[in-house]
Amino acid sequence: MFNSRILSRSRSDQILVWSLRGLAALAGAIVGLIGLFLVLESLPVLQQVGPARFFTDAAWNPLEGLYDLTPMLWGTLWVTLGSVLVATPLGILSAVFCQFYAPARIASFYRRLLELLAGIPSVVYGFWGLVVLVPLINQIHPPGTSLLAGIAILTMMILPTIALVAAASFAKVPPAYLQEAAVLGLSRWTTIQAIVLPAAKSGLFTGVVLGTGRAIGETMAILMVCGNVVQMPRSLFEPLRTLTANIALEMAYATGDHRSALFVSGLVLLGLVVALVAMAEALSQGQIYE
Amino acid sequence: MKPWFKASVLPLALATLWLQSCTQSPEAATSDADSLQGKLVLTGSSTVAPLASQIGKQFEQAHPQVRVDVQTGGSSRGITDVRQGVADIGMVSRALKPEEKDLKSFPIARDGIGVIVHRDNPVQALSDQQLVDIYTGKTINWQPVGGHKAPITVVNKAEGRSTLELFLDYFQLKNSQIQAQVVIGDNEQGIKTVAGNPQAIGYVSIGTAEHDIANNTPIKLLPVGGVAASTQTVQQGTFPLARPLNLVTNTPPQGLQKEFIDFAQSQEVAEIVQQQNFVAIAK
Repeated sequence: MFNSRILSRSRSDQILVWSLRGLAALAGAIVGLIGLFLVLESLPVLQQVGPARFFTDAAWNPLEGLYDLTPMLWGTLWVTLGSVLVATPLGILSAVFCQFYAPARIASFYRRLLELLAGIPSVVYGFWGLVVLVPLINQIHPPGTSLLAGIAILTMMILPTIALVAAASFAKVPPAYLQEAAVLGLSRWTTIQAIVLPAAKSGLFTGVVLGTGRAIGETMAILMVCGNVVQMPRSLFEPLRTLTANIALEMAYATGDHRSALFVSGLVLLGLVVALVAMAEALSQGQIYE
Repeated sequence: MKPWFKASVLPLALATLWLQSCTQSPEAATSDADSLQGKLVLTGSSTVAPLASQIGKQFEQAHPQVRVDVQTGGSSRGITDVRQGVADIGMVSRALKPEEKDLKSFPIARDGIGVIVHRDNPVQALSDQQLVDIYTGKTINWQPVGGHKAPITVVNKAEGRSTLELFLDYFQLKNSQIQAQVVIGDNEQGIKTVAGNPQAIGYVSIGTAEHDIANNTPIKLLPVGGVAASTQTVQQGTFPLARPLNLVTNTPPQGLQKEFIDFAQSQEVAEIVQQQNFVAIAK
């Protein structure tokens, strides 16, 4: 870190520092304002029924005064966790292939392909899922719209993010490490798993966090393939609803307490993201980022 | 642009301006039928809103001085806004309730809700009781109601949708009683879900379903209460699962309000009504 005493105190430096502070404050304020807005919009129903009922009610039937969000909270967690668990090894290993095993031409073609995959809008994934993937799963086990379909679609969506970030961080591993490993006579796989992976772990971790973020916030694709039934899925083939899909499905038609309750969904989602970021921070403390 | 063209256009434009200023005195402008002006605010049902906004566009073209502002927020918002005078016209996608009878309503189209299954499903008709049993989870297989031996996939609409409200109302159900396997948002999503799943049953707007059947989507409409589901039966008023799409006002409409409502009920908008997959009112 820079020591502020060493920095010159010239006028242009002062201007730069203050404008940077201003910009940082602006970025922070946006998050703060969104949080405040969510709280204000959900306040009417929170005051009326109390926060506890959003976790203890028997069901989600806002028009009948039942506001249970827990199945949707779990739904969000299950699809996110499932897709991150599948996409992380796939993404990192495909980056290893791309960076260390593939011939230069194939590697560059493969990278373009991943970039293309990362750029496809989510609604296209959702549409494809609805007309191709869901009928396929339906043949194995009806109704087809299911946790499995959600995990499969999300995996496809976050795989390129994780793979591209992993490939970039592999590329940043100092070449000297690789040369020294070659001098020591290490095999290619030993070099990768004992030297490259540990050296690139902060980048890999960033990729997984970015992927998780995309998975948690995904709405359209999930809404189309998950079935949106508010329940705890008992198997991979059962439908479920996520918090994001809940908001997208009902927002256009909601009024009064119902609308307010949807803002509570947003608030809970924000809480979930905060919890995950805090967890990632705790996990990485002193180990991942040097 | 060629110079000669420029040279000929400018005097022409000036001449037109001069002619206009000459012929149109201010008094003539206000008495002219085409000189309606002002702003019209419509709020309410998101089912009616796309239709109203298309009608509004055509109305604006006919009367360049008028702006039609369409906002959504559900039928109940339409009622409240009209009562409070926030909106000039409310949009309500159902018949008025008894406690709303003080308002004036003007139907501009009808919409029917049809039960759909996959085209390969051998079931030709379901009684109301069979439908209720399927939707409440008492019947979970197609075999007892005349289909193949396969589990039924029940497709329901998300809470708050007016189609759901009408469906529940007709079958005297509460949404919490329904045991669905898939919950969907709009009509197209419902049709895609049923088209991709031979065991599925769902309900969607009849206009949208007919449009997709005409485009060879593998679904079919089942009759409800013994009446075939088609735009004809909806238009005749014989199909039971139907609703009017209304414009409502607080007081008997006058001036701009009246002009717009008359226009929205006229034959001139029949094509827009059809394009939006609704059924024009039989005159």
